[in-house]
Amino acid sequence: MASTAIDYAGAPAEPLPQELAGPRGARPRRLLSRRNIFLYGTLTVVAIYYLLPLYVMVVTSLKGMPEIRVGNIFAPPLEITFEPWVKAWSSACTGLNCDGLSRGFWNSVRITVPSVILSIAIASINGYALANWRFKGANTFFTILIVGAFIPYQVMLYPIVIILREMGIYGTLTGLVLVHTVFGMPILTLLFRNYFASVPEELFKAARVDGAGFWGIYFKIMLPMSLPIFVVAIILQVTGIWNDFLFGVVYTKPDVYPMTVQLNNIVNATQGVKEYNVNMAATIITGLVPLIVYFASGKLFVRGIAAGAVKG
Amino acid sequence: MPDSRRPRQVFKNLAAKIAAIPMILTATVVFVGGTLWTVLYSFTDSKLLPRENFVGLAQYERLWSSSKWIISIQNLFIYGVCMLVLSFVIGFVLAALLDQKIRFENTFRTIFLYPFALSFIVTGLVWQWILNPQFGIQGVVRDLGWENFTFDPLYNPDIVIYGILFAGLWQSTGLVMCLMLAGLRGIDEDIWKAARVDGIPMWKTYLFIVIPMMRPVLITTLVIVATGIVKVYDLVVAQTGGGPGIASEVPAKYVYDAMFLSQNLGQGFAASTMMLLAVIIVIVPWAYLEFGGRKRHG
Repeated sequence: MASTAIDYAGAPAEPLPQELAGPRGARPRRLLSRRNIFLYGTLTVVAIYYLLPLYVMVVTSLKGMPEIRVGNIFAPPLEITFEPWVKAWSSACTGLNCDGLSRGFWNSVRITVPSVILSIAIASINGYALANWRFKGANTFFTILIVGAFIPYQVMLYPIVIILREMGIYGTLTGLVLVHTVFGMPILTLLFRNYFASVPEELFKAARVDGAGFWGIYFKIMLPMSLPIFVVAIILQVTGIWNDFLFGVVYTKPDVYPMTVQLNNIVNATQGVKEYNVNMAATIITGLVPLIVYFASGKLFVRGIAAGAVKG
Repeated sequence: MPDSRRPRQVFKNLAAKIAAIPMILTATVVFVGGTLWTVLYSFTDSKLLPRENFVGLAQYERLWSSSKWIISIQNLFIYGVCMLVLSFVIGFVLAALLDQKIRFENTFRTIFLYPFALSFIVTGLVWQWILNPQFGIQGVVRDLGWENFTFDPLYNPDIVIYGILFAGLWQSTGLVMCLMLAGLRGIDEDIWKAARVDGIPMWKTYLFIVIPMMRPVLITTLVIVATGIVKVYDLVVAQTGGGPGIASEVPAKYVYDAMFLSQNLGQGFAASTMMLLAVIIVIVPWAYLEFGGRKRHG
């Protein structure tokens, strides 16, 4: 059941690929055939290219400035120092504030946590209503929602400024949380709607016969059996919201800037001497949360991405 | 589900309707309302604050006579075409390589996809550092003895957009690969067997049998990548800030700058309406193919 919720686009409906396992193609041959050398050689070269920026970030952040000035960005540090990390975290300057990225980090936490909870709560209940309690007109709104996901954000930036200002929450974290909830809605609703629609109807009917209502069925039946899809949604939202820059810069004020905005301000500051090691340490620290989510979640992350390719 | 409805049934299924209120508000107020509002106000001469003084197409005339906008469009075009072609080719080749029953498939896939987990800000800043002419690739090669080696895309107005493309490709090819791999795995193995029995070489099988069969995945990927291209903003802000000069401006940045930096709302509205138009040009044929095609099957 869990695996039928997301149908990779283009995959035939029923025999779902066992995630991405079970390779196909030519049959295996000798270990050191020319084909294998070519295959693994190419993959390894490409892998090195992909890993290089991460490597450069790490080694740069562990060097002192004198070493950076004379050395080579690809060379490992001669003398490892954690000074840049400490400075990036607690004393790098943006504008008037010199309390480092820690401020942005905690802002991002205060933005991401409520946004993820609120957006998933609303979207899952909405998806459940769309899948199991259809009412007249529901599909019209749903279609608008999905089509709306393709509208460039720039088109809606200013109207939302007005809405938030009218509500008195422009420039606050609450406002930004609301914006993330709104823009997370299309993909999340789609995700949950498709998932709940795949739950056998008998189960739903049996619960109805037993007298369970809208909320009863949601909390007692749907919620407990849809843990995987919630995890996918959480991964999708945590990385998406953490990485957001545009909404952060438009809808918040310097005091509550999320981490990405603060990072950009630190690194691209025009005044002062460029401290590349501090910049790279700050960059890694900002990328750390989504990277940890990515490496910890493994295949679920891939499923979250594939969710973007689902067809409703 | 229930189709026959009687008048009093407004109150039936009330919980579901309440649950859908956020969606209804988002769809109507933000998506439809916001879009219409912006399009409408793009015909006004709003400056610091929106106002209802309609001036026809004046904002659009100004927009298209602004060199910053023209450069933005050119950059988006170059970036878009290169991004589409290269990310599809590289993504497909990587997916095809990973599909060869190889060992460490998961490791390779994890490596190719991890940049996608990073934000465009992080991506832009890393590549800004790697492409730094003094310390980055250029500096390293010069230190090796090639004194005249020049590779400074971020400081050369003619090629700066390719420097951004480099970073963009690094960030998002993994996604294309992942979607393509899912598509390849959806191809029936019998197809491969049949092709092998018929003695069709592998590359021909890919080109003439497998790729045409992957049409749905290709189209979905195209839509995802294309809408991503139109939105490109953070990457430019982080990597070059639109510079040197205005050489790497993009439309999304033009909109932000007009609205929030130069207090020229009307220009921002007009520019964002043009972006909307671009997306419509991408989406409508897709929706037509996708949903027009579906009708044929009933």
